[in-house]
Amino acid sequence: MSLISLDAPGREILLMGNEAIARGALEAGISVAAAYPGNPSSEIIGSLAEVAKEMGLYVEWSVNEKVALEVAAAAATSGLNALVAMKQNGLNVASDFLLNLNMTGIRGGLVIVVCDDPAGISSTNEEDSRVFARLADLPLLEPSTFGEAKEMVRFAFEVSRAIENVCIVRSVTRISHARGNVILGPLPSTRLVPYFDTTRSFSALPPSITHPVAHRRLKQAADMLAESRFNGYSGPETPELLVIASGAGVLFSGEVIDTLGLEARVGLLKIGTTWPLPEKLILERLRTAEKVLFAEEVDPVLETNVKALFADNNQRLPRITFLGKKSGTIPDLGELSPGLMTRVIADLTGTAIPDIDADYAESARDALENFTPFRSLAFCPGCPHRASFWAIKKALALDGRNGVLFGDIGCYGLGFLPTGFRQPKTLHAMGSGAGMASGFGKLHDLGATQPALTVCGDSTFYHAAIPALINGLHHRSNFLMILLDNSATAMTGFQPHPGSPVDAMGDPAPPVLLEDLCAAMGIKTLIRDPFDLDDAAMTIFELIQETGTKVLILRQECALVRAKKTPRRYRVHVDPAKCIGEECGCNRFCTRVFRCPGLNWDVSAGKSVIDEAICAGCGVCADLCPRGAIVKESA
Amino acid sequence: MEKDPYNVVVTGVGGQGNVLASQLIGAILVDKGLKVTIGETYGASQRGGSVMSHVRISEKRQYGPLIPPRCADLVLALEPSEAARVLGEFGNPATISVVNTRPVYPVDVISGDLTYPDIDRLFEKIKSLSAKTYFLPATDRALELGSPILANIILMGAAAGAGLLPITEDDLAKAITERVSAAKVDINRTAFRVGADLVNDVPAG
Repeated sequence: MSLISLDAPGREILLMGNEAIARGALEAGISVAAAYPGNPSSEIIGSLAEVAKEMGLYVEWSVNEKVALEVAAAAATSGLNALVAMKQNGLNVASDFLLNLNMTGIRGGLVIVVCDDPAGISSTNEEDSRVFARLADLPLLEPSTFGEAKEMVRFAFEVSRAIENVCIVRSVTRISHARGNVILGPLPSTRLVPYFDTTRSFSALPPSITHPVAHRRLKQAADMLAESRFNGYSGPETPELLVIASGAGVLFSGEVIDTLGLEARVGLLKIGTTWPLPEKLILERLRTAEKVLFAEEVDPVLETNVKALFADNNQRLPRITFLGKKSGTIPDLGELSPGLMTRVIADLTGTAIPDIDADYAESARDALENFTPFRSLAFCPGCPHRASFWAIKKALALDGRNGVLFGDIGCYGLGFLPTGFRQPKTLHAMGSGAGMASGFGKLHDLGATQPALTVCGDSTFYHAAIPALINGLHHRSNFLMILLDNSATAMTGFQPHPGSPVDAMGDPAPPVLLEDLCAAMGIKTLIRDPFDLDDAAMTIFELIQETGTKVLILRQECALVRAKKTPRRYRVHVDPAKCIGEECGCNRFCTRVFRCPGLNWDVSAGKSVIDEAICAGCGVCADLCPRGAIVKESA
Repeated sequence: MEKDPYNVVVTGVGGQGNVLASQLIGAILVDKGLKVTIGETYGASQRGGSVMSHVRISEKRQYGPLIPPRCADLVLALEPSEAARVLGEFGNPATISVVNTRPVYPVDVISGDLTYPDIDRLFEKIKSLSAKTYFLPATDRALELGSPILANIILMGAAAGAGLLPITEDDLAKAITERVSAAKVDINRTAFRVGADLVNDVPAG
């Protein structure tokens, strides 16, 4: 249940950073919100969708981020306030439109919240979205606490309306997926009525006219940002070390300065308006600085821009040593952390880090080395992807031509790991498995002999794979697209997609079915149940013997979604009289090969057992056991 | 709170409900006027990985979302080897641990590629890294209540019962009503009481 619509100004509650962002948008009076789900951003639109009806909003899970931005832009060119949220990869998808929208501007308020994922905790990359602000001549803000995230989003709408252009807020995992105190502000009582003023047009053409307008708007934003309360300095007038920090770096640095007792020696310049920079404030601090350390995630964006500002003003400034990612003082990748900032600041100030008892430290090291078996990620118990990848593995082995499976983005990206039997061989962007399979399928004309296959989830299919499938079909490429249809955007929290019978606001929606789309294109399309392993494997084998572009839908609901709605299908147990363990010759197939966490190996008995606290009751392992020792009974 | 900030790590394996437990603890304490920051690591959390939430409680300020190394005051562990993992990095001689005794085996252990530590030696290791340790059969009791997911609330009840967290059963009921579902209040109240009773029955090591 979301608390973001609580009408209690002044009340202080615990909110997730993403909820604080959503609350800020509500307080700013948004009418429209749109996104394609992607962690760490998903809860922004998720929580707005929950309160959409109550708050009189239109909220949607769009088919992809570019369309989400276009949907929001329609609202914002009609005078409304609209919010778009996405993860860093999503901004790449939306960027083609963004880099034209910035030239025309808008007539209402449009805020893009992009949630970056330093260290790629739930991402394939850790790109730093802040570079887009400069590329697009748009203002960008970076919150460092949950309360500030809310306030900044509200302010971003003020900026956006004032400059008639998009304003970007960049969050990171440690803000978006953290929780903290947020003081609620008032919610607006009036709503704007959308009206597209047809006396005005929004065309990026010609850039010779629109580009200067974009520059002028950015200059106007710079003035507003410089006067905002999101930048500030705390510390001595002449610090021996000046830390310039943004985002999560602000909290980590501030705590370290306190803990090490360096308040009188080290200053902290917090930058909340990263682009354009608050130049006057920064120059004031540089005037008394000798040594500057940058604390930001991921790329040296602040660092580079502050250095450029220094270069422009160097005749009026002292000699300064700049330390950060360029100097190697801070790693040029990954997250910041309290431990890292403690080491760096202690080292630069010659401060001793309070040490722990040596025996304890030794015992702790022993704990980490000898008592903490690594937990590699695995498909959930009862996950249909495990069965699908097993069927693929079996079909490719039977085929014997060393077929290539091109992977894609979603839970099934974990197919690289042992529980997907390491079947996919590529992993890049949404839909790129289909595009690469389309390309590889044409290499048969040039002498390639390996079959081409790709796996793609249902949500990913709508997002970005359809153009690649059309491309393959039109060019008579030989490949099999296997759609792993688990009826959800599972990786990000089970959001609906265009194939779902409901929309984000819970209203009935006409599902655009995978098989109907493929049939309309004239592609041979079969549907199978991955839990019927032999049938699924034989179907894949047969399809890759054929030429042309083919689609196989392996349809079975996500085990987590299913578990929320329906009881277990089967009660499963191992008959100890039948399981003969290592004597079997099956190489402990159920545990060593199939690796479902619901199974366990009883070392003392030398037999498999089912862990009742974990087993999802799918019953697939019972079909795989060569001795029939795993018994499934209808629950 | 005697110590400020009071740093709590709630740890376990994806799907054990540790994110919800930390959220409930945080919501309750913010309602009591405290500043709470919770850092969570998930994204792939349903999928077998270690999941840890850092809960930082203060009367004075909003702390950052990560606890510095060696600075945990309380560890609530839904899984024993995860307790060792957290103590190894965040433990100190004053850390108190409340630990569910039931292992969740990593897939690499299930497959035989890795071994799970000997359970008695693991418990000894956890004790040696804690000033005080409470071992509880939380999952077993949760299964008796009808669902293994209740182990998280049992652990919360135990920490409260041992005087390690200033939260009551009524606080939990309010937070569950506001943030989860009024229909789930009774079963969570029961789980909380089971935890509070358990902690009084087991001797602290």
